[in-house]
Amino acid sequence: MSSHDRPLSPHLQVYRLAFTTVLSGLHRISGLALSAASLLLVGWLVAAASGPQAYATAIRWFSSVPARLVLVAALGAFWYHLFNGLRHMAWDAGLGFEKSATRRSGLVVVGMTVLASILTLAPAWRFFWAWP
Amino acid sequence: MSDRVAPVTTAATPDPHAKSHWRNQRASAIAMLPLGFWFLYMLLNLPALDHATVIAWIADPLQALLLLLFAFCALWHSALGVQVVVEDYVGGRLYAPTARLLKLAHWAAGIAIAWAIWVIAVGSA
Repeated sequence: MSSHDRPLSPHLQVYRLAFTTVLSGLHRISGLALSAASLLLVGWLVAAASGPQAYATAIRWFSSVPARLVLVAALGAFWYHLFNGLRHMAWDAGLGFEKSATRRSGLVVVGMTVLASILTLAPAWRFFWAWP
Repeated sequence: MSDRVAPVTTAATPDPHAKSHWRNQRASAIAMLPLGFWFLYMLLNLPALDHATVIAWIADPLQALLLLLFAFCALWHSALGVQVVVEDYVGGRLYAPTARLLKLAHWAAGIAIAWAIWVIAVGSA
């Protein structure tokens, strides 16, 4: 593992926040949020493997209001990171680098995220209703 | 610079792992597209989230395998992404222990998930 005498980046305070800057930051934030959410997957599966009683405890945990908010946020982060990841893949292929194109693709990503989140929130909500 | 510190990465002396990191990040991202869709689709289409339903789902060998693959790729992609964030924001002496700790956390999560899937898929077979 290499050490870090190299400069840190980026110095956030020197940038003027543009639409595309916010989207770029959101890619990282949503990625980190999903990394954290993977711990929920661990908890869920380990509880399921540990038996009905442990599972019931886990579900009681998941059905608390803060946990529900986290799950909804994770759903949004999932869609954003997925669509913006596709945008990154297009850039890797050398597509859409013009300033106007990055703006437009950013708007598409936001639109798709909102749409997909709403569409998937409905089936997710069905579990929430069934929860204690 | 002391001997316990690896050489500083510069444009002239690039990190030898940089290329494979970039490639692995893309490879895991591509793998996450179908696997991520599959996982969310399966999760949201479960008739209920009670214990019996979840066990019945994962007890299916193909589903267990896909779930394991999803978890592996997700954690792999996560570990690579988290590493970049640590490189960007954690400097100096804290860098190495932070990077190591988070890598370990990803391994621990992966082992826990693999254990759980094994117990469910094999235990209920």
